Amino acid sequence: MGEAIVSLRGVLKHYTRGKQTVEVLESLDLDIARGDFLALMGPSGSGKTTLLNLIGGLDRPSAGSVSVAGERIDQLSSGQLAQWRARHIGFVFQFYNLMPMLNAERNVELPLLLTRLPAADRLRRVRVALEIVGLAERGGHKPSELSGGQAQRVAIARALVADPTLLVCDEPTGDLDRKTADEILHLLQTLNREYGKTIVMVTHDPKAAEFATHQLHMDKGRIGTGEPL
Amino acid sequence: MKYFPLIWSALWRKKPRTIYTMLSIVVAFLLFGMLQAVAVGMSKSFEISGADRLFTAGKFSFTEILPLGYYSRIKSTPGVQLVSHASWFGGVYQDERNMFPQLAVDHETYLEMYDEFIVDEAARKEWARNKTGALVGKGLAQKFGWKVGDRIPIQASIWPKRDGRNDWEFDIVGLLDGKDENAKAQAEVLLFRFDYFDEARQFGQGYVGWYLEKVSDPAQAGSVAAAIDRQFANSPKETRTDSEKAFNQAFMKQLGDIQLIIQSILGAVFFTLLFLTGNTMMQSVRERIPELAVLKTIGFSDRSVLALVLSESLLLCVIAALAGLGIATFLMPGLAAKMPGLYMPPEVWAMGLGVAGLLAFIVGFPPAWRAMRLDIVHALSAR
Ligand SMILES: Nc1ncnc2c1ncn2[C@@H]1O[C@H](COP(=O)(O)OP(=O)(O)OP(=O)(O)O)[C@@H](O)[C@H]1O
Ligand SMILES: [Mg+2]
Repeated sequence: MGEAIVSLRGVLKHYTRGKQTVEVLESLDLDIARGDFLALMGPSGSGKTTLLNLIGGLDRPSAGSVSVAGERIDQLSSGQLAQWRARHIGFVFQFYNLMPMLNAERNVELPLLLTRLPAADRLRRVRVALEIVGLAERGGHKPSELSGGQAQRVAIARALVADPTLLVCDEPTGDLDRKTADEILHLLQTLNREYGKTIVMVTHDPKAAEFATHQLHMDKGRIGTGEPL
Repeated sequence: MKYFPLIWSALWRKKPRTIYTMLSIVVAFLLFGMLQAVAVGMSKSFEISGADRLFTAGKFSFTEILPLGYYSRIKSTPGVQLVSHASWFGGVYQDERNMFPQLAVDHETYLEMYDEFIVDEAARKEWARNKTGALVGKGLAQKFGWKVGDRIPIQASIWPKRDGRNDWEFDIVGLLDGKDENAKAQAEVLLFRFDYFDEARQFGQGYVGWYLEKVSDPAQAGSVAAAIDRQFANSPKETRTDSEKAFNQAFMKQLGDIQLIIQSILGAVFFTLLFLTGNTMMQSVRERIPELAVLKTIGFSDRSVLALVLSESLLLCVIAALAGLGIATFLMPGLAAKMPGLYMPPEVWAMGLGVAGLLAFIVGFPPAWRAMRLDIVHALSAR
């Protein structure tokens, strides 16, 4: 394994509902190497999304340390985390989560609004990102005018556009048919192989997991053995 | 400004609702603009009178008339520099709806008393020469198409002529203008000569409506006013002298506190608007919880999400307020035809925009706060 870009040590996560405490993750250790494409599998409720949220800086662990690109993100305040996410993480969700009122270009531009780039540079980078996902022609379309696969490509372009350290995908093909899903997975694979993007992807689908370079299985908040391809 | 498309698109997410809300705000500000213009116009016309100008009327009622003989006695009161007088004519030009004041005034002193009026030299000369001459406000002349040299008929409703007929005629000898907006409003009258009036009327000879005095030292206005009234104490026609401003304010009280009425109407309108707009904003944010969560996921800070929602509220309120005030300003000339001198003062625009900003903040803050406090993990898993 090469240089670890994500490193979790003794991570614990529990939620409190009233007096009840739900242990979701239990003393979890995990390293993800730079340039890896990791598929995270496991039954529903096993804590995949919870783990992904910790890696992506959306949530903080109850105990333990989370380092990404050499930074201890479990110690950042929520304001610092927001800034950190803008620089380091691209998110892709199952339901695309695009802004319905903005066209594809404006959606992809969103992360760049948080940078100091002037408008012309932003547009250039948006066009490049749309080109990479194969939607150069669809920049002016609203999400409602796109198919599910196209909407997910726009979401991937949005995740890519600010050139993040890490792509974090939660069931990116969960809402797509086999063929479209395979296209999206090919796209992610290309991003990983040709652009060297590190990707962490949660999926229920063993076929989808085959596109990854590594697989991890989670069960009841614990990580099982990784089964290499 | 790079956030503008984001804010703008959020505003129009539900078009019919936004349009409906906007229309309500437009109407409220239209009403605001019109009523405030009237309110400001009224309070201004009462501010204009110099503090050095006193006003003497009958002690018990403004409608009591006073003997002409008081003129010289007032004039000789220490501290009085200039005296003039005026009488209410209350006539009608062509149609009852054409309402504007006509005053029979002492033409030798009246323009000196109201030195905020602008009258050209030729008109002054002609007025001095022509006993039936009259000066008319510029706006009135424009409205009725009068020109200098025209002879216009006015139907008396109080003062018939000696022959019992009501049709008076005046020769327009000049136009009245004001040095500022307030004086312009005050100049929308018809002034004609008292000597003609007194000679031609059937009754009331030797009496005037009210006296006006200019004092040499404004600081002494109070004691001069008291001295004037003392002269006529215990006479059959006692007087009451006030600064013109105080008189006008008292007059306002008699009319009912129109200002208060206007403010209460507007208060009720905006109170309702608060709920309506507040509800729209709240609903709009509630529907967008997942979208707002995504913005935060991307890295928008809590505070910038708060700012986005507040900006949206501000945009909604300010656009609608501008439209409402714009329409009010646009309609004002039409209204001014019925109420000469009415115009849209810049301070009503300023006030309106202030109110719009306040409204935006009050209705925008609760949803903006909610958006700011939004927990990403929660909002995303709620799908
Ligand atoms: N905000 C929360 N409050 C309380 N419990 C939570 C919360 N979020 C998740 N959980 C619980 O944590 C456990 C793991 O949830 P998580 O969403 O990580 O599972 P998952 O592996 O992503 O499942 P799925 O495949 O269905 O998406 C579940 O039992 C869930 O009920
Ligand atoms: Mg999940």
